Amino acid sequence: MKFSSFILADAIRADLQAVDKRGVVEELVGAIVAAGGVKADDQVSIVQAVMKREELGSTGIGRGVAVPHSKHPSVDRLIGTVGISRNGVDFNSLDGEKVQVFFLLVSPPDRPGDHLRALENISRQLRDDTFCRFLKQSKGVEDIKLLLDEADGVQS
Amino acid sequence: MADHVVRRVVRVGNPLGLHIRPAYLIARLAGDYESAIEIVKDGQGVNGKSVLEILMLAATQHTQLTIVARGQDAAQAVEALAPVIEQEAPPEPQVPLADENRSS
Repeated sequence: MKFSSFILADAIRADLQAVDKRGVVEELVGAIVAAGGVKADDQVSIVQAVMKREELGSTGIGRGVAVPHSKHPSVDRLIGTVGISRNGVDFNSLDGEKVQVFFLLVSPPDRPGDHLRALENISRQLRDDTFCRFLKQSKGVEDIKLLLDEADGVQS
Repeated sequence: MADHVVRRVVRVGNPLGLHIRPAYLIARLAGDYESAIEIVKDGQGVNGKSVLEILMLAATQHTQLTIVARGQDAAQAVEALAPVIEQEAPPEPQVPLADENRSS
């Protein structure tokens, strides 16, 4: 499932300011709201749902990456964003490392297949050291967009 | 002493497949064992101690996987991991007793 089919370009954040888990989640959901992906009225409940999911077990999947996510009835297709934290944030990852790369996903309650395919794409791309490193070192939103397009196999 | 290699074929039980939560439980459990743990799907092997690598399998329900453990505790590792991959739903986590925002 290509990044372009679920990442909202206007919600990408190249320099997250938050210093803790909740702060990052609020900043990323706020970005999705600002990009028009979900209504402002739904922001609080989406943040709550994502934080509740984190209580079940960290979505820090290793290599400085986390995939905070939740199902939510307000969306009819999987949407998401990417945020980069330069200094990294403690996310209780299994490998103990701070997280710099965040993919936040919001999916409709009845489409688990889309979620799994998005996770497959994210994890496969991040296995590439170069992709991982370039994301962490990206200087701005345009850099990140280029990296995602390249990963999708789009010729620039 | 030669390394002990144990293999077990399993089928994914979770109706939602191996998404982050089951992948996390598998990786965390695999990490308790000294043996190297590989999980193989259609000839593609990934590190069973890495959540990220398990996610790469995008293993949906009923997918056949092979657990390959190499090390002194390989047999125990496989015995522990097989039911976790085959279970239909992860066990409910312990609910924290104290909510720090509530006054007692």
